[in-house]
This record gives sequence, structure tokens and C-alpha cells, in this order.
Amino acid sequence: MSDKQALHGVKVLELARFIAGPYCAKLLADMGTETIKIEKPGVGDEARKREPFLNDIPHSERSGLFLYLNTNKLGITLNLDSPTGNEIFKKLVQDVDVLIEDNPPQELAEKGIGYENLRQINPKLIMTSITPFGQTGPYRDYKAYYLNTCHAGGIGYLTPLGSSYPDRPPLKWGGYSSEYACGLVSAVATLGALYSQRLNGMGQHIDVSKQEALLSLAKVFVACYANEERIADRFKGLLQGDAARRLFSATRCQDGYALLVPIFERQLESLEKLLGSSESEQAKDRHQRIAQWLASETKEEVYTKGQAARIPAAPIRDVSEVVNSEQYEARAFFTEVEHPQMGRVKIPTAPYQFSKTPWSNKYAAPLLGQHNEEVYCHRLGYSKQDLVMMRQTGII
Amino acid sequence: MAGALKGIRVADFSWVWAGGYAIELLAFLGAEVIKIESKRRPDSPRQFTASMGDTYPDLDASPVFNHLNLNKLSVTINLSKPRGVELARRIAAISDVVAQNMGPEAMKGMGLDYEDLIKVNPDIIYLSSSASGATGPHGRDVGFAPVFAALGGFSSITGYPNGPPALSMGEIDMLCATTSAFAILVALIHKAHTGEGQYIDLSFAEAVSALIGDILLDYTMNEKVQKRQGNVDNIMAPHNCYPCKGEDKWISIAIANDEEWCRFCDVLGKREWIEDKRFSDSYSRWSNQEELDKLVGQWTRGFTNYEAMEVLQQAGIAAVPSFSAEELYYDPHLAQRDVWVKVNHPVMGEQTTLAPPWKLSATQAKITCASPLMGQHNAYVFEELLGLSKAETKKLEEEEVIY
Repeated sequence: MSDKQALHGVKVLELARFIAGPYCAKLLADMGTETIKIEKPGVGDEARKREPFLNDIPHSERSGLFLYLNTNKLGITLNLDSPTGNEIFKKLVQDVDVLIEDNPPQELAEKGIGYENLRQINPKLIMTSITPFGQTGPYRDYKAYYLNTCHAGGIGYLTPLGSSYPDRPPLKWGGYSSEYACGLVSAVATLGALYSQRLNGMGQHIDVSKQEALLSLAKVFVACYANEERIADRFKGLLQGDAARRLFSATRCQDGYALLVPIFERQLESLEKLLGSSESEQAKDRHQRIAQWLASETKEEVYTKGQAARIPAAPIRDVSEVVNSEQYEARAFFTEVEHPQMGRVKIPTAPYQFSKTPWSNKYAAPLLGQHNEEVYCHRLGYSKQDLVMMRQTGII
Repeated sequence: MAGALKGIRVADFSWVWAGGYAIELLAFLGAEVIKIESKRRPDSPRQFTASMGDTYPDLDASPVFNHLNLNKLSVTINLSKPRGVELARRIAAISDVVAQNMGPEAMKGMGLDYEDLIKVNPDIIYLSSSASGATGPHGRDVGFAPVFAALGGFSSITGYPNGPPALSMGEIDMLCATTSAFAILVALIHKAHTGEGQYIDLSFAEAVSALIGDILLDYTMNEKVQKRQGNVDNIMAPHNCYPCKGEDKWISIAIANDEEWCRFCDVLGKREWIEDKRFSDSYSRWSNQEELDKLVGQWTRGFTNYEAMEVLQQAGIAAVPSFSAEELYYDPHLAQRDVWVKVNHPVMGEQTTLAPPWKLSATQAKITCASPLMGQHNAYVFEELLGLSKAETKKLEEEEVIY
């Protein structure tokens, strides 16, 4: 690992669960922040209870989801409902630059640890609050799991694009990807505020609504209604007739699906050359000719030949093909981390390669309360005897 | 209060959606963004939007370009001419960040890659983003959003279990753009700490893969290849969209535990389901979810999606419509949060667009102006920033260097 990291010296506290908040904090931690993740004593983050488990054996210290989302963090347990826990939390906040949290609006304020309380003890604090509908507005207290936020954010209604099943429901994005996206959108604002804090020492509160985070990804389509009263749907997007079928369909080839997306004129010309169609054939439907060509090729051949001709072409890769991709291998997109209970696990690194401050892994995800002693005794000055007491009384 | 990135200047060579929106996010945060473009090769959203079937006869009247380039300045420089490249280098020399997604080799060919620009600005941050990154056997890949989603694994896991893989358009571009903005911000903070700039090579396919980390780990740990599973969750049921009154109207409902299930049955007036062996615990509900989905759908059909949301949320059940663009536009919650913003565009007039996706209490992220017309800020950039005289810029215009 490199000791030179872009966000070295930045301290982050995470009071968040499941995907969006932890992913936001992970993005920062992987670039060098010192991050302390707070979990509920005895219970922990619900991501610990989610698949994939090593060898498919459910175990709260062997979730691949939790591992991926919590790399490079220190883990402590703390009960915020106890007065002592609440005080300890404030001590932790005193010393950090960023707090990432995903509690329902007002919940922290009711415990005396809302932004207005915390700014008093740490004026340079950046507090990023990530909730389904944001801190204000009529839906702010509505309940929403990841399925609901995906559909609230307008991207569900458009999925799956190119659908030919009018009676089937709109879909969420695959896996938890929409929640990850919310974490990413939140990370951008957090770093913007951090940049400003580095220059002038000023903290602030960032309100991220997951609905609006996802809406930002679909904004061009949803704004089309505002300006032109056109409604995009998952069947045709905003296209008419055959155009949707041409643009939005993956085409079957010998061993799966592939796609060609020639959009620029020069790409269309290259495609005609690649298809080798005679002039009379060129008058025929291009989509049909593409389908014919693909039917005789493997998806990797379509990819290689298409890209060699500078046409946007790709195989629809399944998960094993993504992991085993020659390109990902060449770029070392995956790396192995050592986890105290899971052993060596291969995980994705990051999609950006920095020439001077590379992505690096210092810790795998923490075990529940793994760093209690380090944080409480070595940083906050509690004795080991205090730690025993606090553990017995359920504070940590 | 000024934006968080006040004082930062970006030389923006990026284009199309994934490029344009990345730098718009920095402009939302207060950076001064100079978009470098040319009539010779206008940004494609100025000309057409394939995924909407629209073409724009006037380069200065594209609503889509407007959504993706708010708050930016525009200069027109013909980069096929050496003097044009010289001008672009001079802009880079007074910028903190250079961003480009024209393909790893295009900038090199013009003498505008990282190695060229550190000669005029040693501390520059330089983002090069592309379909598969700038290195490796596929380091020259070209693509649009569907290519990134296909290569990154997203398409293979999104869709109906017995349907084809889902294609993706603009949303995936926007996601890649957001990733690019994050990477630049990381580099900006490092620069604030140390004064040092650097080169960033970003792969859009990898940006997509990063969002399915857990699914990739299921393969690296257990050799399991997850497939498309619609709206189905690994634990929760009900967990789907259910039909409501009206055409293509749906409500998403997710039940996480027995407590919610009991309240749900109460609202539906189906207390008998609580005792029903098919649905009495999480495991049985999950195992019998197809049957359960049909029964829930029979109930939701009697309501509009908004009515169903109201009555279920009152009972603490996670129920939210799958909102269409029309519903989002009229939604009272988004209205109260000022999500829709009107900007005055010099050619198109009033345009409605979306506010930045975060609310910052001190350094507010704001839309300050509409997207620029072609070369709208030539005079400011060439004369005020670079110090050219009016006569010099006039001559460069005549020579089609400023073009």
C-alpha cells in the first residue's frame, strides 16, 4: 500500500447502515480518510445479515456485502440511547471533519445530537445526512426501502428500457445499484464541502434526498415532461415506432447477447463496411442486417470486430465474465484483501486510477466492535476497566 | 455565500452526456467552467439526442445540452489548427483542472494530453475518462451508456427473470459522470493539501461495476453468477410494484418484518393472512411471493397510486409509487423542496430543469445561468483572462482559429 493518499488527514465518522451511507463513507475511506464506523452493540449494521456469505453459510462476520461497503474503516459499537453513549458520541464528533449519517430526519435532534447541537461543539463539522426523501417536505417521514427509493426517483419507471411486456411492472435496478448510486451522489457534495472546509475551516449540513439523487440521473428524461409534456416510459423511452426497437434492444448472438450502438454518422458508415452489405442490401432495414450478422458471431467476436472498426459494440457480460475480463485483469480492477474471518477475498478496487495517490487497501471491513479498544482507550483515554464496564452496561 | 469550489477553474474538453454532466456538477458547486468547443465538432447534444429521436437545427437551441451544461462558459476554438491548440493550452495553463472524454488518443494527437499540459501547468489535475479506461487491451474502446452497462455487468442483472437483459441509456451516463466528478474532487483536495496535481484515468465500465460490488463478490467468493430477478429481494416479500388505477400506474411496496406485515394486513382488511400458513413468517412469504403478489395486486387495483401511498404510509408501510415524469413534475413534495428550477435561456426562453441533487447549508449549490451559446464567452476568456487584444481575437476569428 502507498502511504500517500489523497484524503490523508481527513477524519470521518459514520453513523449509517446498509448501503448508501456506508458506500459514501467507503468511497472516502478508500482514498485515505481515517474513518470510524459506529454500529449498534450486539446487532451491527444490517448489511452483515445480507448475502453473499462466504461459502453460503450465513454469519454476521462473513458477508461479502458488508465487506465491500466497509473497507478501510475502523469499527466501534456505541449505544446512542444511553446518556454515556451520547456523551461519547459528542466527544467523537469534536475531533472529526465529516459525519455521514442516515437516520430519519429529527431523530438525532431529538437525542440532542442534531446538526444544530453538533455545530456548537465542532464548527468545522460537515454533516452529510442521507435519507429517502430529505430533511424537509411532506414526505420526509415516509418510510422507504431501496425498492421504494428506486421507484421514487424516476429511474424505476424507465426500467427495463425496451420492455415488450406492457402488463409487467416497472423494475428496480439490478442488485442494490441504485442505493450505491445514492452514496456516490452524496460523496460528491461531501467532498465539495470538504474542499471549502480545507480552505476556510467552515463546516455545514448537507441534505441529500435519495429520491433527488436518483432523479439527477434521470433528469434529462423527466425534465422533458416539464418543457414539452413528453413522458418517457420503459417501452420506448421517448422514441416513436421502430426507433426504440433499434436502439434499445440487445441482440442475440451465438452465445448470448451483444449490442451495437452506432450513433454518429462515421460509426454508421463503419458499420456498413463491417456488415459488408451491397448497395441494394443497404436499402433494407439495418437492424435486421445487424441481427443477421450477430446471429453468426459470438458476443466477444462482436465486441472485438466492432471496436476494431471504432463502432460502440459490447458483449452483455454476465457476472463471471465481468470478474474474468481480460481488460479488468490488465487494469488490476480487482484486488485481494485479507479479512480476519474470511481469509483472502477478491474485491473490486475503484474505477479511477490516480497517478500520484492510488487507491489502496489498509483494512478489510471491521469485525463488530473490532476497534473499540483502539478508539475508546487509545484515543478517548478510557481505561480498559472503563471498557469492561461500558460493555457490561450495553453502552458499547 | 459563494459555492464550495469558488476560485477553481476547469478547462472542459468533455462532451456528450457522461462528459458534460461530470463538469456541470463541478459548476453547480461553484467552479468556473470553460467549455472548449467548436463549430468544427460541436458537442453532440447540441445537434441531436439519439435516445429521444430529436435533432436540433440550431446549435444554440438544444434543451438537452442545456440540462447538461448549466452554469458553464463557452469558447469556440478550432483544435485542428496549431494556433487553436495554443489557445487551448493557454486556458489550461490558468486552470486547476482539465477534463476530457474524447478518447484517450484524440488529445494526444492534438498535443493536449497530460504530458503536454504539465509543461505549461505542472500542477494541473487531468481527468481522462473513457469506455474501458486508457490502458489494457481494450484501452481504445469507444462507447455510449449501453456499452458501459453491458461491459460493467449491470445489464445482465437488470430485467425480468425470464426476459432479455435490460439496456440502459442516459442514467448510466449520468452515473459515470458523477463518478468522474468525485474523482476530480478527490484530486482537488489532495491539491489543496499539497499543491500537487495529477493524472486520473477513469473507466466508465468499471464505474458501473463498482455499483454491483456485492454481486461480484458472490462470484469471487462462491462462484455464483447472479441473474436478473425483477423487483425481487433476497429476504423481503412482498417486495414488488403492484398495479393501481389508471394506465401504467404502479406502487412499490416492501415489507421487511412481521410487525410491518401485521400492519399491512390490517390496512388491507386481511387479518386472516397473518395466520395463513402461506404467509405467516418472512420465509413463507418469500417462498410464496408469486401468490402473494397476485393477492396484493387485487387490493392495489382499487386505488390510485397516490391513495395507496397515503393509506399505507399512515400505517408505517414502505409504499411509494413508481413515479412517471408527469407525476414527478406535479408532486407536492418535490415542489416544496424546490427541485424544479426555471432558467432563462437566451435563445429558447424559459426552460425548466432540475436543481442540483443536494442541499448544502453554507456553500449553496445553485443554478446561476443557462447553458452557454456557442462561443458566448469568447471575449471574456480570450481578452480578459488571456489578455488578447480585440484586434487579435478578430484576426483569429477570420482565420477560423476561434471558430
